[in-house]
Amino acid sequence: MSMIVEGVSYAYPKNPVLKDVSFEIGKGECVAILGTNGVGKSTLLKCLNNVINAQAGAITVADMPLNGMSGDELARLIGYVPQNSFFPDITVFDAVLLGRKPYIKWDITKDDLEIAENMIKSLSLEKFALRKVNYMSGGEMQKVAIARALAQQPTILLFDEPTSNLDLKNQLEVIQIIKDIVQKQQISAIVTMHDLNLALRFADKFMMMKDGRIHAMGGAEIITPQNIWEVYGVQVSIENYNGYHIVIPQQ
Amino acid sequence: MPRLKPQAIDDFGGIESYRLHIKRKKLTLIILAVTVFVLALLSVNAGSAKLNPWEVFTTLLGFTDEKASIVIWRLRMPRVIAAIIAGAALSVAGCVMQNNLKNPLASPSTLGIASAATFGANLAIIVFGAGTAMNTAGDAVSINNPYMVTICAFICSMGATMIILGLAKLRSFSPEAIILAGVALSSLFGAGTTIIQYFAPDVKIAAAIFWTFGDLGRVCWKEVGILSIVTIVSLVYFSFKRWDYNALASGEEMARSLGVNTKRTRFWGLFVAALITAVAVSFLGMIGFIGLIGPQIMIRIVGADYRFLIPASALLGSVILLLADTAARTVISPVVLPVGAITSLLGGPMFLYLLMRGTKR
Repeated sequence: MSMIVEGVSYAYPKNPVLKDVSFEIGKGECVAILGTNGVGKSTLLKCLNNVINAQAGAITVADMPLNGMSGDELARLIGYVPQNSFFPDITVFDAVLLGRKPYIKWDITKDDLEIAENMIKSLSLEKFALRKVNYMSGGEMQKVAIARALAQQPTILLFDEPTSNLDLKNQLEVIQIIKDIVQKQQISAIVTMHDLNLALRFADKFMMMKDGRIHAMGGAEIITPQNIWEVYGVQVSIENYNGYHIVIPQQ
Repeated sequence: MPRLKPQAIDDFGGIESYRLHIKRKKLTLIILAVTVFVLALLSVNAGSAKLNPWEVFTTLLGFTDEKASIVIWRLRMPRVIAAIIAGAALSVAGCVMQNNLKNPLASPSTLGIASAATFGANLAIIVFGAGTAMNTAGDAVSINNPYMVTICAFICSMGATMIILGLAKLRSFSPEAIILAGVALSSLFGAGTTIIQYFAPDVKIAAAIFWTFGDLGRVCWKEVGILSIVTIVSLVYFSFKRWDYNALASGEEMARSLGVNTKRTRFWGLFVAALITAVAVSFLGMIGFIGLIGPQIMIRIVGADYRFLIPASALLGSVILLLADTAARTVISPVVLPVGAITSLLGGPMFLYLLMRGTKR
């Protein structure tokens, strides 16, 4: 197993968000976390990455417990792409090179440069490599953030709503990039999403969250009108079109 | 400043293109270092005592009379070295504070360090009697116990730092909360200074205000030595942390996910930045604006890559303070203008020009 999560809980002051969340993710799996705003999807991702510390439970990555791992050790195992990536006044190459930070002792090596270059090429960012990231479009920035996370050479990639600020073309492109990475590099990806149809296009597994708990987890078979009604309070029908399941709201 | 040609940006030639890009940043550092050296030579030449460049040169080599030797080695050189070191210290402190607090307006005054130092100096001069009146017409006021003033200023500025960082650590303050706490402390120390001055005689108030005018002429070799050691050790520390600062510049969450212990990095970064500021301000008085404009000018030239921004900010700080001090000593010689006012006079328009010009893609 790539990641085992057992009984993870987290509460903001007077606001319990995650309640006893447990699941497992296998190597090369792509998992979509679904649920309403504020249900704890982003909080769960941050707990998985120690960006915030879970108040209860245990997380194991590649058979190693997260607790007691140094920041650098953890960053070599888990890459994180936040919802809104912020970049200072640096070039694309510098931004991707920053993904090598967990490996850098005093200064960058030739290997670090080569890995950054490869990631830039794999995301077709060569022509932007020496441009400032903060002048790029949302879709390009998202690709830079993904390249940076890949430069960490992680076992697991976490994406927090990677398509929320993108147009349709960029949404499909970014989702395809994530899918390709997972397949080619046999790493696992956990992605929080709002768009059920987009999730149905690429994810292998789905985790539906309600009230800080896992309401249902499994393959596409759990995306049913009944579960969607219970999680979102919206009545839908699910149609099949060209081999894809499509969720159509009835309201 | 060397700039990449548009073609070079689009025709990315792999690692070699990046290496060229980095070489240009290194060239900027070399240009700045040479500028510091040239300005230092010009600054040693400048002053009310009439010495020609040859006399200065021979004095530096140790072949000249005692008078020139005293002027150069006891008066001008400590001043010039103090300008280089203090300029670097204040600018790099601002650079690290702006990174750690995620605020381009962060500077020594943001954390209340400057106000605390002023309060400490006022306490020493007015309450403990370290400032007094001189009977000569030319020197109406004087500080007769500079060490007490320095020690009080240092204790108060480090006290302010410890209060802010203590609150940040115990109450898990966010960078924004740290700045707000700094503003509150600054206001508190400002009120304390006003109350002390309200009950003080005119001469002591004059001495206290005189202290607040930053002056590089106050230091001798001993102070320069202390300032140099603290600044060099701090620069080495900041250089070790440059990749952490690069990560912090991409945001708190990103830095944590890249393995940075953000709270610890911020605590020690601010502590060391506050320490060098406290040492510089205690010895030299208030020299404003360098901590703000030094890093802000360089971020527009070398970008937010702290591998280059830290040394570039330090070197530009030295350039600004050397220029300001040389101007302060020569514009209406033999009167020496307050160097803090000159740094703002020089730096303000330069900064406005850069803001108006904007940053090119």
